[in-house]
Amino acid sequence: MNTNDTLIPLLGIVTDIRQDTPDVKTFRVVAPEGGKVFEHMPGQCAMLSIPGVGEAMFSITSSPTNTEFMEFSIKKCGCLTNWLHQMDVGQMITIRGPYGNAFPVETELKGKNLLFVAGGIGLAPLRSVINYVRDNRSNYGNVRIVYGSRSKNDLVDYQEIIDEWMKDEGIEVNLTIDNPQEGWDGHVGFVPDYVKELNPSTDSTVLVCGPPVMIKFTLAGLKELGFEETQVYTTMELRMKCGVGKCGRCNIGDKYVCKDGPVFRYDELSELPDEY
Amino acid sequence: MQEAMIKRAKELLADGTVDRVMGWKKGEFSYDHTPAVFTSAQELDENFVCDDFTSANLSKYLVKETVRDGKILAFLKPCDTYSFNQLVKEYRIDREKVYVIGIPGGPKLDIEKIRAKGITGILNIRNENYTLKIETIYGVSEMPFYEAIGVKCESCKSKKHVVYDELIGEDGEVLDSNRFDMVEKLENMTSQERYDFWRSELSKCIRCNACRTVCPACTCEKCVFENPDSGIENKAAADSFEENMFHIIRAFHVAGRCTDCGECSRVCPENIPLHLLNRKFIKDINSLYGTYQAGENTTDKAPLNEYKMDDCEASIVHERGAE
Amino acid sequence: MLRKITAAKLDQLFEAISGKQTLYIPTDREDGAAEFRKYESGMKLSNALNTVRSAKDFFFPQTENLVAFKMEGKKIEVKDIRKECEDFVIFGVRACDARSFDILDKVYLVDPVDSFYKNRRDHGTVVTMACTRPAETCFCTAFGINPTMPGGDVTAFPVGDGFFFMANTEKGEKFLADIDDLLEDGDLSRLADVQENTRNILKKLPLANLSTDSFGGDKLNELFNSDKWAGLSESCIGCGTCTFVCPTCQCYDIKDFNTGDGIVRFRCWDSCMYSDFTQMAHGNPRVSQLERFRQRFMHKLVYIPANNNGEFGCVGCGRCLQKCPISMNIVKVMKALEVK
Repeated sequence: MNTNDTLIPLLGIVTDIRQDTPDVKTFRVVAPEGGKVFEHMPGQCAMLSIPGVGEAMFSITSSPTNTEFMEFSIKKCGCLTNWLHQMDVGQMITIRGPYGNAFPVETELKGKNLLFVAGGIGLAPLRSVINYVRDNRSNYGNVRIVYGSRSKNDLVDYQEIIDEWMKDEGIEVNLTIDNPQEGWDGHVGFVPDYVKELNPSTDSTVLVCGPPVMIKFTLAGLKELGFEETQVYTTMELRMKCGVGKCGRCNIGDKYVCKDGPVFRYDELSELPDEY
Repeated sequence: MQEAMIKRAKELLADGTVDRVMGWKKGEFSYDHTPAVFTSAQELDENFVCDDFTSANLSKYLVKETVRDGKILAFLKPCDTYSFNQLVKEYRIDREKVYVIGIPGGPKLDIEKIRAKGITGILNIRNENYTLKIETIYGVSEMPFYEAIGVKCESCKSKKHVVYDELIGEDGEVLDSNRFDMVEKLENMTSQERYDFWRSELSKCIRCNACRTVCPACTCEKCVFENPDSGIENKAAADSFEENMFHIIRAFHVAGRCTDCGECSRVCPENIPLHLLNRKFIKDINSLYGTYQAGENTTDKAPLNEYKMDDCEASIVHERGAE
Repeated sequence: MLRKITAAKLDQLFEAISGKQTLYIPTDREDGAAEFRKYESGMKLSNALNTVRSAKDFFFPQTENLVAFKMEGKKIEVKDIRKECEDFVIFGVRACDARSFDILDKVYLVDPVDSFYKNRRDHGTVVTMACTRPAETCFCTAFGINPTMPGGDVTAFPVGDGFFFMANTEKGEKFLADIDDLLEDGDLSRLADVQENTRNILKKLPLANLSTDSFGGDKLNELFNSDKWAGLSESCIGCGTCTFVCPTCQCYDIKDFNTGDGIVRFRCWDSCMYSDFTQMAHGNPRVSQLERFRQRFMHKLVYIPANNNGEFGCVGCGRCLQKCPISMNIVKVMKALEVK
């Protein structure tokens, strides 16, 4: 048998672990022989595993324009993620992918003004797009990022946001936290409300990711502001085992999130049954 | 019988005693009835059925039903009343929310037993003086009623209702059944013969979990076999050891609580006589701790839950195992 | 070309086939039920219409090992444990199960191809068996299946004193060529009579008029939002019997097993009827049995046709009708949801 099978994973080595928030760490992964394990497009995912512990799908948070490594921002919330959080640099993991579609960065998003709306760990999949856009700046219009979390400490990639994104020209970053906090002089309030308050121009294409309730209210707010469903993209997450539309559990109606998603345009998603 | 049940159910719905009725709904054929909840006289008239094929034990559904508001009428056969009592005892059924009407028991029939005779294309089945007249697309077949009795009714332990609010029909007696005969036969085998017997039976298992899911004694909110933290979580046997262990662990887990209702063997798609594992435990409990029938009442302490000075010593395991 | 074997020579045929490759035939067990077993001398072909477990097991077994890992400190070694499958023959597959292979192919042979499934598919020869005595639980014709012409690599037609064989594929022609010395010429007109007889029986089946008109990919939201699901699912106990006896159910789980000497990753059948099927660390999109029950039937009657040019994911074998502990099944669902 010399054919490849996607269920047989490749190996990766964790070369850097960054504590982003109290419960989110960002892991840097390279191939054992150096370089990236495989190429991907922004929004795509990979199956990471520690054999004997578990395997799960994670969004690739680094941009494809990064030629040296891939990164994954992972929140501690279950058996596998607990294990990943306690491991040290140098640990091997298994990795397979890339899986799923991607944000249409080379087609529909090209030349557009972009509005990113993220909540909590929801920044992870969008970070890939944001950095891709920053690295191909001339292909896109104005960029605005609205990002919020429970507290300042829960803002993922805070250093990168401050040190890089906020310093870029033509990128406006609006941060918010749910409740007032000492040492925070920025905006306080929920993301959906903040978006409405900012009253962004409706000539942008919106990329939303965050907890389901945040997405729901953000979408309602955007509609009030005059945005169409066809202007909004989001990315979904359901339980997955195979990653290639065969194991049969991540479907929403006749669409598999692992294969037909995870990125959906909102008008496509609204046509599907409400079961996610 | 069916008419009397429908009539009484309609009365109890009409006078507000209950707002729902748990019974069986007519199927597509003459034998495939489904447990169902009825809420109106019209539904009862159209679909309610009670006949030779209504063998499903309705007790476990009452766990879910008594979480809801209101009161439900449940028709229980004698064997079902033991399961009901046991679930009341384990605080899984709210007794106040159920109006129990005891109905006569079986023997109930199993369509698989009819099919096993090579009878197929079944359109209708009539019981004429304990001869089944089976109308099929290939003509009429006949077979003795008693040869079609389901495994759970083959050795009935009791015709007595241990709990009811009212009865339709006569109450019966606890029977001197032959239900331990097969267990004795297995006990008398050599350990190799017994191993071969169970190995052959359990290797048919497809781990569909029907036995567990239907079992009135299996009411854990989260089964150990589904709990990733249990260390024994599995959906399929990784090896033949695990294949055997699933059923053995399950039998241990329901020991002293299993009323011997026989649902596990009734639902097994592979016809594994799972009830024999449970019966072995019942027989052992009877001989080691004195006769005990789970579900007989809601007050007696289960022998495995109660410590007595004259309980057998743990060494009994080694002594008997050495035989 | 039609070839024939007389009943008296059937044992010889099985011996000849099993001498060259592994042969599986449906045979009766002690409890009266039939199952596919590896042929051994003296084993008799079952007369039963169908086996308890479907023939999908041969290509999609209940459990199979995918890959092994050796763990050492921080290091992991991936071991490809796949082996080329040996040639095998499944004899006596009914039309329903034969169609189920087409449906499984549409999952496992589309890109990215599942090499485990393909390996078995490539090495298996399917000899189907035409039906002559369908049961009341049969409804394959509702899905356009012709049980008098069941397909596969070779079709066997029972004709009183023996079986006619017809090759349908190259693999089938080779199969027949290998056993040609046991065969004689068959009479086409007799075959037509047998088929005609079966067709007349099929018309009399109680489910002969089961309609699929109310189903299909274009009726997704209307069916999903039907208020009938609550009643249909209320008694479902959430076991996996229907799923596991179903020839087209193909969902699986992937699990790791610690052998003490490393980790073996295996896959096993899974069921959408189970509560943990879609359970995630932070919640479950299918909260109650209603959603799980609905998923199974929507998958077969709506989602599969939506993705496969209208072809349904049920083959009407009737196993779920016979085996569901509470006698709820796809026929009852279809009749309840039917728009008249």
